[in-house]
Amino acid sequence: MTTKTQKVVELEDVVVRFAGDSGDGMQLTGSLFSDAAAIAGNDFATFPDYPSEIRAPQGTIAGVSGFQIHFGHKEIYTPGDTADVLFAMNPAPLKKNLMWVKPGGTIIVDTDTFTDKSLTKAEYTSNPLEDGSLKEYNVIKAPISTLTKKSVEDLGLDNKMILKSRNMFALGIMFFLFNRKFKTADEFFEQKFKSDPLLIESNKKILRAGYNFAETIEALNSITYIVEPAELKKGKYRNITGNVATAWGLLAAAERSGRQLFLGSYPITPASEILQELSKHKSLGAKVLQAEDEIAGIVSAIGASFAGSFAVTSTSGPGLSLKCEAIGLAVMTELPIVIVDVQRAGPSTGMPTKSEQSDLLQALFGRNGEAQVIVIAASSSSNCFYYAYEAAKLAMEHMTPVILLTDGCLANGSEVFRIPKVSELPSIKPPIVKANDTDYRPYKRDPEKLSRSWAIPGTLGLRHRIGGLEKENIFGNVSHDPENHQLMCEYRAEKVRRVANYIKPQDVIGPESGDLLVVSWGSTYGVMIEAVKEMQEQGKKVSLAHFHNINPLPKNTAEIFSKYKKIIVPELNLGQFVLYLRMYFQQFKFEQYNKIQGLPFMVKELVDKFNHLLDEK
Amino acid sequence: MGNEVTDVKKELPALTKEDFKSDQMVKWCPGCGDHAILSSFQKVLPELGVRKENVVVVSGIGCSSRFPYYVKTYGFHGIHGRAAALSSGVKISNPNLHVWMVTGDGDSLAIGGNHFIHVLRRNIDINILLFNNRIYGLTKGQYSPTTPTGRKTKSSPHGTIEHPFNVGELAIGAQGTFFARAVDTNPKMIIKVMHEAAKHKGTSLIEILQNCVIFYNNVHSAITSKETKGENQLHLIHGEPMIFGKNKDKGIMLKGTQLQAVHIGKYGVTEKDILVHDETTYDSGIHLMLAKMAPPTFPVALGVIRSVKNYTYEDKLESIIETEKEISSIKCVDDLLNSGKTWEI
Ligand SMILES: Cc1ncc(C[n+]2csc(CCOP(=O)(O)OP(=O)(O)O)c2C)c(N)n1
Ligand code: SF4
Repeated sequence: MTTKTQKVVELEDVVVRFAGDSGDGMQLTGSLFSDAAAIAGNDFATFPDYPSEIRAPQGTIAGVSGFQIHFGHKEIYTPGDTADVLFAMNPAPLKKNLMWVKPGGTIIVDTDTFTDKSLTKAEYTSNPLEDGSLKEYNVIKAPISTLTKKSVEDLGLDNKMILKSRNMFALGIMFFLFNRKFKTADEFFEQKFKSDPLLIESNKKILRAGYNFAETIEALNSITYIVEPAELKKGKYRNITGNVATAWGLLAAAERSGRQLFLGSYPITPASEILQELSKHKSLGAKVLQAEDEIAGIVSAIGASFAGSFAVTSTSGPGLSLKCEAIGLAVMTELPIVIVDVQRAGPSTGMPTKSEQSDLLQALFGRNGEAQVIVIAASSSSNCFYYAYEAAKLAMEHMTPVILLTDGCLANGSEVFRIPKVSELPSIKPPIVKANDTDYRPYKRDPEKLSRSWAIPGTLGLRHRIGGLEKENIFGNVSHDPENHQLMCEYRAEKVRRVANYIKPQDVIGPESGDLLVVSWGSTYGVMIEAVKEMQEQGKKVSLAHFHNINPLPKNTAEIFSKYKKIIVPELNLGQFVLYLRMYFQQFKFEQYNKIQGLPFMVKELVDKFNHLLDEK
Repeated sequence: MGNEVTDVKKELPALTKEDFKSDQMVKWCPGCGDHAILSSFQKVLPELGVRKENVVVVSGIGCSSRFPYYVKTYGFHGIHGRAAALSSGVKISNPNLHVWMVTGDGDSLAIGGNHFIHVLRRNIDINILLFNNRIYGLTKGQYSPTTPTGRKTKSSPHGTIEHPFNVGELAIGAQGTFFARAVDTNPKMIIKVMHEAAKHKGTSLIEILQNCVIFYNNVHSAITSKETKGENQLHLIHGEPMIFGKNKDKGIMLKGTQLQAVHIGKYGVTEKDILVHDETTYDSGIHLMLAKMAPPTFPVALGVIRSVKNYTYEDKLESIIETEKEISSIKCVDDLLNSGKTWEI
């Protein structure tokens, strides 16, 4: 083998997608590739694409599992629209993912798997490697199965075992292509196969075989790529998914507030990981009840809140529907509780594994009676930590339910997360009443916040009764008095409105005035900022106002809106935030752009839409 | 961390019934069975050796569920059907609290059926008072899951066509560890079983046969009226033979696999043949049969039918937490944030 001169090309950012059968280990491959990116100092975001069936038939399109990673020297906001490199382990993943490959992008396939049988299973009528349908792409044909077998033939492993390790050969190719080091993967093998040295050796060998193979093949022209480290703030980092970040933010809030965490929850995709994650951390005193249904989930949490715990319930859209009545009870009893809604595509069971922003109106209005709650939304997998924390702080300090909206994209996606110190997070000071406080009245309010105080069972001298029936101002006895009801409804609404005095003003990314303001919320932040930055680079006067505080809205919202000639509100629904904004701000004209396909926005479609709007007279 | 933990028996001030009367006017109909239950409960509380601040009364919705407003403790009047979930949250959150739950046959067996069976299955240490008036009181007279088949009510003008639940059967089927039954006309018995329930570690369920004077008057009169109560009530006492009847001349025998009500002294039956009540046997066979006995063939079994030992949910949870606190390397959230794979930049 002659060593060729290597050409190294520098890239700002790259999107790689690994795709295979659900048994091909694509999630593992992707996460090992992410670890290598982390060690190299890149910023990155990832997104897994699981099939909805647990084990769909092998080789079929329904059974394809994918993992996308976007890494860069520049700051990374999203897992990326389309892939620069697609690694397809079999025909079905190629068929399913081709539409997500950039024109001219690189596709790497295992030619050994392109048999007549598997082509038919993947619904191909002719072999795409031969019929010219891939001529727009740089296709690298590698007999990966054969080469994997060959690379460990001296170790005496059985065939099935070897074929399961094909993904490590693929990883080796990618390691070569992006100049990665073996270290993190080797460490993983040593940890994972501690009790089986043979497997450590075989995996290491296969990984290197892939690397060496890539070095020699013609199609790569010996070009490799390098993505320089990102300019991240100094500090300690880790990779985190939105659901784990949410769970940890809640744990941090419990610790900071000195309250024990109680979660009442019922499993539902894509929120279950919050339940699973919190149930791991008993050493931190977190109590988790896997309830018999979503209603018991929230109601047990309300009971726990009454008893002095920092109470949480986690769910997705259908579960939020079941919790509506109980949220009203928390509104009436003015007890703190955080309701996490990891949104998914609805209505009804909808598309459980697909993401959407369509629970906003349910979160804002889905209750009987006048029942305002605080609604906030996270916008990235890692900031789920901070918004879960903020939800907890607002709930406990203002004595009210808070709905935290995330979604499937944030929940399952992962991101680089700079590890904070808990002591540096803002303090949380719930208004807990001291024993024998003779001034205590169940519905007496803080003059500024209008919150009532928290008198916890077991405390001497504070026995009192609360419940879902309307309460008499100050004293909290049952009351059907007409004037009292009006007063109490207004107090409860005003209490939530005044939260605006305690939240950060809305910020704008880009010039403070201009031709177009993009207004968005939730998980679309990454694409919005990429689209807006791209337009700013083209010299357009476009800015972004991405909202995290939905109810109440920041106080400077109208002022911001007034500075732009046009406003557009893109959402992954049929127009929910825009409807809400139109309700409050009738003086402005809001354009809307909606997509509801269970897919995220793409930067390109947004830029096109925004440009189109700017061109309109 | 942890919530306010309060000692149970440290220098308890002497308490009386008055300490547990709230200043709210009791608004049940005159003659409603609920009054007697409330009064019994207020007598029991000072005798439990529990600090008054450690008692929490939780309820759902219904006439019966107004109960917490009338008892001067910490109280929570919840939403329809959800009292079991609410109480579970309170108790798990702070196991030192002494939690009583008050509910109706509609509240716990219809809309709240799911939570009801699951709290029993989990054996959370709360005491449930289920007021069974076999009708929906608060909504003015529709039939409930315990209304007898054929009964004409506002929502069953042709008589119900549904099969009613037997509360004890349902509870034992759900692995309830304690089931007792009492009647609203016998406060002494209510007080006695409330004490038993309070002592029991785990979910204690007391079904109280309660009269709704407005929508189903005399619903339990076959059991409670002066004329028939002797023949139709069997007062169970652990370790004693199951003897009943005005003249204490009847008893319950096991014939094959079935219970049978018999005359003592007739057909050669002697007291020795009468079943001795064992509330503690784990096997639920006899308990189920006792719970299902009804006139005219049988008397209704009152008192503690079943009281068996099992661990409680919250005790187990607390012990897992304690162990984890000891053995886990994650002692605080900073530890957690820095656990696993991290890197410096
Ligand atoms: C969600 C909901 N559905 C229905 C009602 C109306 N409701 C109130 S109490 C009740 C039935 C009460 O019957 P039961 O539990 O037997 O109590 P009782 O009034 O007889 O004591 C109903 C249907 C309600 N309050 N909430
Ligand atoms: S309606 Fe019936 S259950 Fe309700 S208070 Fe009156 S008598 Fe009691």
